[in-house]
Amino acid sequence: MSVGDAGAEVTRIAAESTNGAPAPSNHVGRSLRRKEDPRLITGRASYVDDINLVGQVWAAWVRSPEAHAKIVSIDTSAAKAREGVIAVYTNEDLDMEAGLPMAWVPPGVEVNTPDHWVLAKDEVKHVGDPVALVIGDDRYAVVDAAEDVVVEYDPLPVITDPEKALEEGSPLVHEKFGTNKVCDWSLGGGDLEAGFAEADVIIERRIVNHRMAGGAIEPRGVLAEYRGDRLTVWSSTQVPHFLRLFLAILLGVSEDRVRVIAPEVGGGFGSKLNIYAEEIGCAWAARKLGRPIKWIETRSEGLMVTHHGRDQIDYVKVGAKRDGTLTAWHSKIIADVGAYQLLLTPLIPPLSAFVMCGVYNTPAVVTDVTSVHTNKFPTDAIRGAGRPEATHMIEVVMDQLASELGMDPLELRRKNFIPPFAEGHETPIGVVYDSGNYEAALDKLLEHIDPAQVRAEAEALREQGIYRGIGFSTYTEICGNAPSRAVGPAAFGLQGGGWESATVRVHGTGAVTLYTGTSPHGQGHETGFAQIVADKLGIDPQQVQVIHGDTDTGPFGLDTYGSRSLAVGGEAAARAADKVAAKAKAIVAHQLEAAPEDIELRDGKFSVRGSPDKGLTLAEVAGAAYTTMEMPDGMEPGLDEQSFYDPENFVFPFGAHACVVDVDAETGKVKVVRWVAVDDCGPAINPMLIDGQVHGGIVHGIGQALYERIHYDDAGQLVTGTFVDYALATAAELPSFETDRTETPSPVNSLAVKGVGEAGTIAATPAITNAVIDALRPLGVNFINMPLTPMRVWEAIQEAKGGVPA
Amino acid sequence: MIPAEFDYTAPETLDDALKALADGGEDAKLLAGGHSLLPLMKLRLAAPSLLVDLRKVPGLHGIQRENGNWRIGALTPHAALEHTPDLGVVSLAAGTIADPQVRNRGTIGGSLAHGDPASDLPAVMMICEASITLQGAGGQQRSVSANEFFQDYLETAVEPNEVLTEVRIPAYDGWGFGYEKFNRRSEDWAMVGVSALVRKDGDTIADVRVGLTNMGSVPLRAKAVEDALRGQSATADSIARAAEQAAEGTSPPADLNASADYKRHLARVMTRRALETAAGLG
Repeated sequence: MSVGDAGAEVTRIAAESTNGAPAPSNHVGRSLRRKEDPRLITGRASYVDDINLVGQVWAAWVRSPEAHAKIVSIDTSAAKAREGVIAVYTNEDLDMEAGLPMAWVPPGVEVNTPDHWVLAKDEVKHVGDPVALVIGDDRYAVVDAAEDVVVEYDPLPVITDPEKALEEGSPLVHEKFGTNKVCDWSLGGGDLEAGFAEADVIIERRIVNHRMAGGAIEPRGVLAEYRGDRLTVWSSTQVPHFLRLFLAILLGVSEDRVRVIAPEVGGGFGSKLNIYAEEIGCAWAARKLGRPIKWIETRSEGLMVTHHGRDQIDYVKVGAKRDGTLTAWHSKIIADVGAYQLLLTPLIPPLSAFVMCGVYNTPAVVTDVTSVHTNKFPTDAIRGAGRPEATHMIEVVMDQLASELGMDPLELRRKNFIPPFAEGHETPIGVVYDSGNYEAALDKLLEHIDPAQVRAEAEALREQGIYRGIGFSTYTEICGNAPSRAVGPAAFGLQGGGWESATVRVHGTGAVTLYTGTSPHGQGHETGFAQIVADKLGIDPQQVQVIHGDTDTGPFGLDTYGSRSLAVGGEAAARAADKVAAKAKAIVAHQLEAAPEDIELRDGKFSVRGSPDKGLTLAEVAGAAYTTMEMPDGMEPGLDEQSFYDPENFVFPFGAHACVVDVDAETGKVKVVRWVAVDDCGPAINPMLIDGQVHGGIVHGIGQALYERIHYDDAGQLVTGTFVDYALATAAELPSFETDRTETPSPVNSLAVKGVGEAGTIAATPAITNAVIDALRPLGVNFINMPLTPMRVWEAIQEAKGGVPA
Repeated sequence: MIPAEFDYTAPETLDDALKALADGGEDAKLLAGGHSLLPLMKLRLAAPSLLVDLRKVPGLHGIQRENGNWRIGALTPHAALEHTPDLGVVSLAAGTIADPQVRNRGTIGGSLAHGDPASDLPAVMMICEASITLQGAGGQQRSVSANEFFQDYLETAVEPNEVLTEVRIPAYDGWGFGYEKFNRRSEDWAMVGVSALVRKDGDTIADVRVGLTNMGSVPLRAKAVEDALRGQSATADSIARAAEQAAEGTSPPADLNASADYKRHLARVMTRRALETAAGLG
């Protein structure tokens, strides 16, 4: 959201540019610099922690050090006696009838979903489970007081291995279900049995896709105020509209009296796509105490109690003919979802199934998902959410198959590519891809990198003990969530729709405000969306202020996640702008005594086709619309239009990535030396924004593959609880990325666009894993699971040498 | 990320600092660059009652060379060592510490007094046979050899009522040196680090020192390697043979990313590489 200084700055620039030459009409497709950046890089943006209210007090949480235990007693007396402490609450104090929400009810599938209270009731189920909430008037005193709360625990058996958790006699995370299984869920099509019968070669692999965190640069934070009969909550969230809805439901406040503001939000990567205990708890306490309450997450809390992602064990079985033709693909996913279920927790592993066909024409594809409770923090959507896991399985196994068949991995891919299609390709599992041209993306990739040359370099380097390898990933993914009919209650089972809203408000001076229901948190929507609207209205993007993240402005929206914002929210903005343009044309037609269909937008003016000299700017049209001078008879005043857009289908970006690694065979250390990415997300609105998303996405993938890992020991203790142990990749570890695009239009929306926020992450992990395996094949290593830490790579080399690793 | 309550003072003389330290009792701690202590406090793994900040104390900064020795003030930041290439292996190792921000704030005195065996400078001080100056109340000074300074995990020869004021290092003019730091990311602590000094006489290794970082509860000298190599010809083969003994007698701490055996393996590899560089073969 543009607030304060930044808003003023945008207005000033807008005023300047309206005085200049007519705006060019082709802002879409250009790498405009981000309108957001001046305020971000000069420190003038307002994050939750920058906002302070009169009378504000602080919250701190008492968290369980045990992974699984009965709460015998909680003694809050010492904490309450500490100076500055206002209240200490435990579960007994909560007068809420329901706990944190989970939004997936798949028809015909039973999901074991436990109660998930804001403060633990009777038992704690994971390290960090909150047992008490301390409120006090000093940021430091509440943390000291939290240490004064004495909780007596009676430890219970801990289970952290999802496969063991499924065995008979395993300790149970939730006794009442009699099992740790959350649910079984399947998606498939084609005749699997026939496919395997037909196969000349069948390979099976067990792929571990380990748990990771979101790692946003801004921690979570909440500021809640209940004043009069209105609740206002500032939260570092991706989903202010969802949060408003659930605050209203859980606290029993009418939705119109709840306002949620996501001010500047410093990244999310899915980790802020949730309804967290801290948000509900602070709002509840703010009402109870009549004081504004702030809580800012510590980094330690961030790694412990902001949701994790991935954590699948995947059993993949693939059949192919001797010539490489795929005949059958069966994946069995065991998903460790942790101890509770947050908003989307159990529906993330099934998202893998939606893209298990990949870019290939496999006639039979079946995915069976089993989700399991363990004594860990819940998983949920982290950048890619199910699709990175699927793509990792597909693309790693494609290389494994190529090796088994003695084929070049790219030839195997080409052999099985779905041929180019412009308007829909139905996969055997019923998912209909919108458009694709996988050969073209791979061809483009190979214009930038020559595998033969890399292999020649590898030969030379091997003499120095450096093992160079090249790995590829050709992927497609599903994004643009909506459409409601596919994701909603009657179909996939999400208790909600997938549309998006936008309002384009032209002010009397011709300045424009776009209200979007999406909630960007670093992506650059203020720039990209402004480019779209500007071109529709013949103005400069600087004249379009994009407002988001405040539920008191603009229509209800469905927020930002899953690479949906442009393909759904951007299209809604385009449609609202089209409505404004249509009304503008009607006004101009009336004034110029022409037919509306003869009015065109040219060089920043609405004019009669063929007579460009005589025309009206948007400012002149707006003047007419608000003064009601020279308006067509019966036309309503104003120039302010809204769109609610619910797409017909998802969109399916795709691409081809190549990664070159050098492995030090003596130590096992992997260095990424080159990365080439060709991504296709349809026609570019702003190529620089796409590059930014692709760069960041790849870093997330490299991070997971080489460095990042959320790890619990057998006692359920979080071993990687700081950024020393949870190792985020830094610039020093990364190569310069080489990016290019192909542009295959999507038939789904008028902009012909697809999403790109997760594509890099989805493509990356198999490319690097394949590259490492390619590097190590001369040493006899044919397979390795992530994370590709030096020790693990070194051990794989030792095992291949025939020795047990020392 | 919120430390427990503590008092803070920034005295303007060394005497006042020593007095504040003595008055503060056993939970008082000296603060130099703060890049080891403050993170521990923020994680509530350390909770000193008083911080005595040395930043205003004069005379603790700077690098000087006199009579074939280097005198380095305790508050000299790592970046200053890094940017004094004549310091040889000290400069090389200092340049690998964490990231530029940490190197600008973290100090040699703070790092040595903290005594973390995973830090880069302690083992380097041992191979340089540095002498560490400690000053107690009343102005009495004593010097402790780096080889006797590090006593156990995070325990050094610094007494509770002493301030580490200076480090003296003989100049190793004409010696070759190498530093091999193995870590996952450039900003990480060493999984294993090996520092080496080599003095050649013609093609013979006349003298050699090898230091091991993060191979035990204290920084170590790889004496077996030194003894095996001293007097040998400066060839890749003799270095490789000697380096095989790098992990002898060590019991390195294991963690999620490195078993003890892997660390011993790394010590051998890094020792060979550091020695090759130091011997001019790298």
